[in-house]
Amino acid sequence: MKWVPLGLVRYTVCLGGLSVFFFLLCILTGPFLMLYYVPDVNRAHADVMDIMQVVPFGAFVRNVHRWSACLMIVCVPAHMTRVFLQAAYKPPRQLNWLVGITLLILTYLMCFTGYMLPWDQEAYWGATIGATMAENSPFLGAKGPFSVLPPDKDIHYIMLGGTVLDQPTLSRFFFAHCIAIPGALAGLMGFHFFNIHRAGGMSGPL
Amino acid sequence: MAEKIVEEGPVTAEGKEKLRLLTVVRGETLRNRDIYERPPKYELFFPNFVMKELCVGLAFLIIIFMWAYFKDSPLYELSDPAETPSHIKAAWYFVGLQEMLAYFDPYLAGVIIPSMILAGLYLIPFIDPDPVKGIGRFAFKERKFAIGCFLGGVAMWYGLLLVGWFFRGPYWSFYWPWEDHSVVKATEVALWSFPLPAGIAFLVCYGMLVLILPAVIFQNFFFRLGLIRYLITFNLFAVMCFVPIKILLRSAFSVKYILVTPWFNI
Repeated sequence: MKWVPLGLVRYTVCLGGLSVFFFLLCILTGPFLMLYYVPDVNRAHADVMDIMQVVPFGAFVRNVHRWSACLMIVCVPAHMTRVFLQAAYKPPRQLNWLVGITLLILTYLMCFTGYMLPWDQEAYWGATIGATMAENSPFLGAKGPFSVLPPDKDIHYIMLGGTVLDQPTLSRFFFAHCIAIPGALAGLMGFHFFNIHRAGGMSGPL
Repeated sequence: MAEKIVEEGPVTAEGKEKLRLLTVVRGETLRNRDIYERPPKYELFFPNFVMKELCVGLAFLIIIFMWAYFKDSPLYELSDPAETPSHIKAAWYFVGLQEMLAYFDPYLAGVIIPSMILAGLYLIPFIDPDPVKGIGRFAFKERKFAIGCFLGGVAMWYGLLLVGWFFRGPYWSFYWPWEDHSVVKATEVALWSFPLPAGIAFLVCYGMLVLILPAVIFQNFFFRLGLIRYLITFNLFAVMCFVPIKILLRSAFSVKYILVTPWFNI
């Protein structure tokens, strides 16, 4: 039997659980969106339009997906703040803090890649800002300080699959959003929870 | 029945001392609580704790369903690589980074500063010198520096985000919320940069100030951290404090760069 400190379900300690909950909602709604969405630059926008207007419950499912992602990106940093304020990163929980920061990064990447998929103006130019930042990386980007790589080999090219946002970009963002990042997130989340028990339970009065 | 217990204390140099009355024990049967060992501060993980979490989840499920029913998620017109909109905003959670682009070059705003933030977050468990203080509770008074730095960083992230989201109009000009976004603002005021020696002097003085002064003033803190942890901590601290300093220089004194070199600008 596992015992946890009483009174943990308060405003602050639910944040981790809620992050998982919103993640699960996204995982549940995502595949339904995938049924109607094709990651093709000529079709993507029209497909999302169809989801919003033609597909039965399409708009509802996409809204749930979008708004739970929004709430997840609120909850994850808030959970991190709670963990820091309650010093729950101190021994024996350091490893879980490291995993948690990785989960935070993955959550942001998840949102960044998903934001791009509808291929509308906002998505296109929003992703362009991100791409410009990558292009300006020191050493690794072609336009950044101390650049050593040519424009067709730098980190910007790897990220976009080309020098501008086009079909290869959409394909790799789709793969990242639907397979790579959620897989990594789910695996690391499992480890995150397993580690709570391994590292002596939830932080409470010790 | 209550019984007063007053014992005679040990003999000391001042003479016999009397011990204080510690407790009054009522002579009744012990209650269950005193006999059976039961963790009074703990509850079962399953089902008690999980069920409570589930209830919170269900409450949020209702909120999300209502929200999804009444408010459609946005979908703008089809992307057009040929037409850059005047009003590009990243997704709201990245607007803080986008706002930093107004004050820093993209390699700093988009790569170096976020990397430093993440490096700092990863390093937290290893640069905190105290292994036990404040675990499991909000100990603001005992961890002033740690909590101050962390909340300062969080406040800056969300502060930039709010400014970027609510106070920026077309071409990323500053608009008060009551100002009309269709009125295009005048082009930016002329910016100037520090000459090279002044820039180097400024950065060296800043570095000395942030890296050496705390060690001199708070010597206990310095020795508790040790040199390496101290240097890591205060380098990160210096980067964090540099962001608002540069923002101030840029917006109040129209300083474009502090340091201009052929390779990079700060």
